[in-house]
Amino acid sequence: MLLIEDLQVKLADKEILKHVNLEIQPGETHILFGPNGSGKTSLLMTIMGYPQYKVTGGKIFFQGQDITNLPINERAKLGIGISYQRPPTISGVKIKQLLEFCTKGKISSEALAEKVNFSEFLDRNINEGFSGGEIKRSELLQLMAQDAELLLFDEPESGVDLENINLIGNTINKLLQREFKIDANKSRREINRERNKMGLIITHTGFILDYITADKGQVLYDGVLTCATNPQQIFKCISEVGYEECIRCAI
Amino acid sequence: MCDLNRKIYQTEERKDPFGQDFDINDYQAVSAPHNYIEDLKALPETDKTRMIQAGIDTEEAKSSGTFIQKDTSIIHAHSLQEGLEIKPIKEALEQYDWLKEYYWKLMPINTDSFTAKAHTDLHNGYVIRTLPGHKVILPVQACIYMEKEGLNQNVHNIIIAEEGSELHIISGCATSSHMRKGLHIGVSEFYIKKKAKVSFTMIHSWAEEMIVRPRSVAMVEEDGLFINNYICLKPVKSLQMNPTTLLAGKGAVARFNNLLIAGPGSKMDIGGRIFLKKENTRAEIISRAITNGGNIIARGALVGEVPGVKAHLECRGLILNGGSMHAIPELEGRADGVEMSHEAAVGKIAQEEILYLMSRGMSEEEAISTIVRGFLNVDIPELPSQLKAEIDKAVGLSD
Ligand SMILES: Nc1ncnc2c1ncn2[C@@H]1O[C@H](COP(=O)(O)OP(=O)(O)OP(=O)(O)O)[C@@H](O)[C@H]1O
Ligand SMILES: [Mg+2]
Repeated sequence: MLLIEDLQVKLADKEILKHVNLEIQPGETHILFGPNGSGKTSLLMTIMGYPQYKVTGGKIFFQGQDITNLPINERAKLGIGISYQRPPTISGVKIKQLLEFCTKGKISSEALAEKVNFSEFLDRNINEGFSGGEIKRSELLQLMAQDAELLLFDEPESGVDLENINLIGNTINKLLQREFKIDANKSRREINRERNKMGLIITHTGFILDYITADKGQVLYDGVLTCATNPQQIFKCISEVGYEECIRCAI
Repeated sequence: MCDLNRKIYQTEERKDPFGQDFDINDYQAVSAPHNYIEDLKALPETDKTRMIQAGIDTEEAKSSGTFIQKDTSIIHAHSLQEGLEIKPIKEALEQYDWLKEYYWKLMPINTDSFTAKAHTDLHNGYVIRTLPGHKVILPVQACIYMEKEGLNQNVHNIIIAEEGSELHIISGCATSSHMRKGLHIGVSEFYIKKKAKVSFTMIHSWAEEMIVRPRSVAMVEEDGLFINNYICLKPVKSLQMNPTTLLAGKGAVARFNNLLIAGPGSKMDIGGRIFLKKENTRAEIISRAITNGGNIIARGALVGEVPGVKAHLECRGLILNGGSMHAIPELEGRADGVEMSHEAAVGKIAQEEILYLMSRGMSEEEAISTIVRGFLNVDIPELPSQLKAEIDKAVGLSD
């Protein structure tokens, strides 16, 4: 379980998260909405442990452990993984090398890459010259290799063409153990109960909602999570009346 | 240097133009001889280990021949392949009259006090030659080894690839594990004839108090190719060189790749000059330098003398742990229609890249070393896979 209690975060002396409370139960996936610059990426980076996001108050717990001051790689080891909005280019380091590091050689990188149609990129340097959509597929591929428990997705569908949206949506579903598979031996309820992967997905377009049946939606506005309800409903509201309506909830 | 030298070779009373000044007389140019070794298996294990670090495989599993000079003596020289000659230069000078046409013909003796020294006090060196049309794909290993404390070792090498031939050399220079201080002077002259292809990969693994002054000039004839790789990742007190290549025939190509790490106390002044003298010649210099507390001057100069030439210089440096780096890229076009460019960047490892790798589970140290190794991972086309593997090994990309 991820539990965030009254989290306050400063970035370059600017208060970007004011009072954030969030709870993601095992098996749950939440959608995070919010206008540009509202601090969505900052929240994900803080959960991941980026040191420039200074926690000035509150706590983050993961699987019962206080991780507020844990370094990034320790959090990754506990099972937190992220698909970035804008990952850096790393020259001279090949995608394959990173995959092999993540899987510790237990799963074949080729087999994983095939699943996201990324085989011919294995020998390319990380993100070097990747198109917007290729970056997203590369990020998902790395999450697959990491086999994380809590998966943070920062706009996984932005810049992705309509055909690849399908691939991205289905891959995220699989990563979150949410793909719809008929299993003769298990009822849906049993399958759902066995699910333990947690997800937090940032989206502007809402396209991802066509693929993923998330449990909850959240709106981040002015550094505060204001709304927690059905994601479809939130998206409909934002589409029709905009984030203005969220201010009213915040008051 | 001694007065006699100065008189004979008219090297002027001046400091050498590059590198740190020191007294050549602090080093002795004599050492006890070492015996010739027929079977490389008989080499002491400690020497083998040091040689392996400089890319020399004493098992000779994948090489076409081996040359080893220890201090002032040749301890091994033989070719395993037809069309390939490997000989100590002193022996070759006695045997082959034609060698006079190559000895000191590209490099002026009076270039500096070091070249003069290599002439007056020559110990030995190698002549490696491929006969016309012979393609020697497996690398030749040439090892220059130093053991005697305080030795001034003077070596002269001549490499000749006759028309249409192919030759790949790994030249490993190393010092024995207990040696600290010494001076190595190595003169090399390369003759790459019409349509010949030569790659020369020099891997240095010196002791921390070593002073090293390689001096080399190469001439590439029509449609010839010269790949010159230099790798020095171990500390060295002072290392200075500025190898020169003359692209003297139409369509000749030269590529230089320098991979350097300067540890604390190391001073490296490493350059490369390529003169594009005929049309359609192409040149490229790529330098990747990391100072890990040492000082690096990374030079590179391209001179386009005629129209229709193409040249590019890329110089990238990383500064870690309080080192310093001075990148000096130079382009000189002497005619209309030359196409020459350079890019240079000196900086540090981006924090963002370290954190990215850490978020995939790497520790900070693992992330830094992955990025550093990636930085040194230069794709060198036209090299046989065996040589690529050796370079990867030297740079720590594989084990
Ligand atoms: N290095 C920085 N220095 C100062 N302010 C910054 C810095 N980085 C980000 N910010 C600011 O922090 C705020 C939150 O940014 P964040 O990236 O979290 O927003 P977001 O909700 O993800 O927006 P978007 O939807 O556009 O991705 C923004 O106003 C942004 O300009
Ligand atoms: Mg964002």
